[in-house]
Amino acid sequence: MRYLAPNAILGGLIIGIMGLGALLSTLWTPFDPLAINFTARLQPPGHEHWLGTDEFGRDVLSRLMAAAAASMGISLLTMVAAIIGGTAVGLLAGYLRGWTDRILMAFNDALLAFPGILLALGLLAITGANKYGIILALGLAYLPSVARVVRGTVFSLREKEFVDASRVMGNSEAYTMVRHVLPNCVAPLTVLATSLFGWVLLAESSLSFLGLGVPPPAPTWGNMLASSRPYIGQAMWLAIFPGLCISVTLLGINLLGDALRDRLDPRMRRIRA
Amino acid sequence: MTRSELLKVEGLTLNVVGTSHTVVKNVSFSVFPGETVGIVGESGSGKTLVAKSIMGLEPPAIQRRSGSIRFEREDITRLSPLELRRLRGARMGMVFQEPMTSLNPSMKIGQQMEEGLALHRKDLSKEQRRDLVLDMLRRVGIREPQKAVTAYPHEFSGGMRQRIMLASVMLLKPALLVADEPTTALDAVVQRDVLDLMTSLTRAHGTAVLMISHDLAMVARYTDRIIVMCKGEIVEEGKTQDLLDRPQHQYTRKLLATMPRRLPKREISVSSPPVVEVRDLVIEYGGSRSLFRAGDVKQVLHSVSLSVRPREVVALVGGSGSGKTTLGRTIAGLIEPSSGEIRFSGETVRRDSPNWIQYRLNCQMVFQDPYSSLDPRMRIAEIVGEALRLMPDMSHEERQARVQEILEEVGLGGNFAQRYPHELSGGQRQRVAIARALVRRPSFVVADEPVSALDVTVRAQVLDLFAQMQDRYGFSCLFISHDLGVVEQIADRVVVMKDGRIVEEGDRDTIFDHPQHPYTIELLSAVPSLETNDHGGVQLKWRYAEPAAPAERPHATV
Repeated sequence: MRYLAPNAILGGLIIGIMGLGALLSTLWTPFDPLAINFTARLQPPGHEHWLGTDEFGRDVLSRLMAAAAASMGISLLTMVAAIIGGTAVGLLAGYLRGWTDRILMAFNDALLAFPGILLALGLLAITGANKYGIILALGLAYLPSVARVVRGTVFSLREKEFVDASRVMGNSEAYTMVRHVLPNCVAPLTVLATSLFGWVLLAESSLSFLGLGVPPPAPTWGNMLASSRPYIGQAMWLAIFPGLCISVTLLGINLLGDALRDRLDPRMRRIRA
Repeated sequence: MTRSELLKVEGLTLNVVGTSHTVVKNVSFSVFPGETVGIVGESGSGKTLVAKSIMGLEPPAIQRRSGSIRFEREDITRLSPLELRRLRGARMGMVFQEPMTSLNPSMKIGQQMEEGLALHRKDLSKEQRRDLVLDMLRRVGIREPQKAVTAYPHEFSGGMRQRIMLASVMLLKPALLVADEPTTALDAVVQRDVLDLMTSLTRAHGTAVLMISHDLAMVARYTDRIIVMCKGEIVEEGKTQDLLDRPQHQYTRKLLATMPRRLPKREISVSSPPVVEVRDLVIEYGGSRSLFRAGDVKQVLHSVSLSVRPREVVALVGGSGSGKTTLGRTIAGLIEPSSGEIRFSGETVRRDSPNWIQYRLNCQMVFQDPYSSLDPRMRIAEIVGEALRLMPDMSHEERQARVQEILEEVGLGGNFAQRYPHELSGGQRQRVAIARALVRRPSFVVADEPVSALDVTVRAQVLDLFAQMQDRYGFSCLFISHDLGVVEQIADRVVVMKDGRIVEEGDRDTIFDHPQHPYTIELLSAVPSLETNDHGGVQLKWRYAEPAAPAERPHATV
């Protein structure tokens, strides 16, 4: 149990570096990510601007760091929102069953029928493209899959005798749900949360790319990628670095998610023991 | 008399791969043609590993370090995989423990049974094979073999599947049949039916049987010789009769001593009013399957009445599907009855009545499966202490003291309180479950098969503990079990259930000595009565032992 899998170390390292960069950007960046400098337009990576400058002469590294803070912050909040909402729905549906289950799951399935990004697009039309709009839209879009997983877990937990034991003791249904059923959902939820973070990050980048994310001039990886398009022939670095940020972060998340699954899945544990 | 051995195992030693941890040590024994030999031991004694290595089916984590296994003079440890495959199935067959998983659920019975024939008897035509299958199905007591061959495993009960499994193994008339706990998953009556069938089939074909089980009484009934294994070693071997009569090794004595036996009758005051009483209880399922059409109503309990007096242990016995667990869960308040009433100290209790809380505090339950009845995320002290959460007027210190006290009483003192369930063995977990049920000092406990998931020696200890606690606290108990041996040891009164109805009821000695209902007699014929002799041995007596031909049994239908 004590040793760390290599994929956990690599994944943790990637996410750690990205997270640190994001945190650092709130205090300090090499240049002001929003400062326009027309004398230094489209400069290639060099010793002054490490990763070059964009069409307005803004420092790409500074913008990437600020974008990391925006993208990862939004993804994190969205993930938490989806987990909390989905867990509540799944717990109620799985534990109470009957009509509660049928009604909640009917809504859930209806939401699941839309591709997440399409649903988020639709919701963004209502809420408007800002940080909280995105969190709300993506949170709602990813809530159903969390609800499904939790409901399934609760279904099997509910058949365990310790749940009956709690009821025989005279504990209320609400207490039994929170004290006995919920804590036993933590392991699958942790694994789900990691992959959810990846999905949301990708969705947020896609939305930004489509111009529905955090409005410019504030940078996100997605809108940086979008604005690099006209210049892709003369300034490749504008597309490469944000693209790299997105894919490397996703790789890190997936590696971490795999390692977590290995650790938390009891079947995997037995093989190692 | 000199016969050549059919199977000869010599100095078999098995290791866990990559370690010096030995799981089977220097095991030697032989089986002669046509003989029935039993290997008995607790879980972890290595008996299953021995069986599996005879078939060449050791799990990948286990490695043979030394020793030979000769089958019909060939050392099977040296055979190539191809030669081994020629032997498996054709010359030696195996029946597994779990009938629910040993048949392939996606294949029809007929196909599955023909598989072996197609592989080992290439000389037969398709029609001949089909005929052989049908004939064998008929012989194992499947009523409509024509229908059965096109059915899937899930359409059969556990007992029926084990018959089918047996039929498909016996089709090839192997010289040796290895049966690894063949009936442990079945209830007593079905168990006896299947074993009777196995014995008659193997006798007819001259097949030798190696029967592996933890149930000494069951093995004793069917075997000529018994091998006792403990911690990977053979501790004793002998003719069944001699071994029971004069056990040599102390472990064998211990095993014999754990077999449940009748204790002297206790005095229960007949005049005192019952603690818990159930009147005309009916449980129905279904009825509102769809919005517009009423579904089929299935009655699980048909107007059941029952009472338990102070300090009395009432055993509720019956086969699986008899409704005994449903009745227990209803009395414990987990299922709402469709009609009828539950009375506690003479008053009707219902979920919405004011005395429900009082009943809740006084009625507790011990569950069957110690692996699922404890919340894996809570410490032992929390699990037991939780029961006190709803006790009025108890300070935090009083609660802690009470928890520690009851844990010590069930033999889990010291630092057990701070451990998690997965750090405990099955027996220890069941002690925790008992502590949790008793920590409130309830006046009534429903115990649903509390020892049936435990190993024989552990079972005896937990049963002793239960009896001790019952003596100390004097609670009344509804003890649900399919194991009549256990019931004979612990019960004051016995209630026999079948198909949701009570068919017979009476005090223990009357039921065990003078049963009236045919179903009770059938149940009793599956368990032995024991008499201890002077030299630490026992004498097994089988009641009403005249097994009917399996084909004529009423429940032997598809």
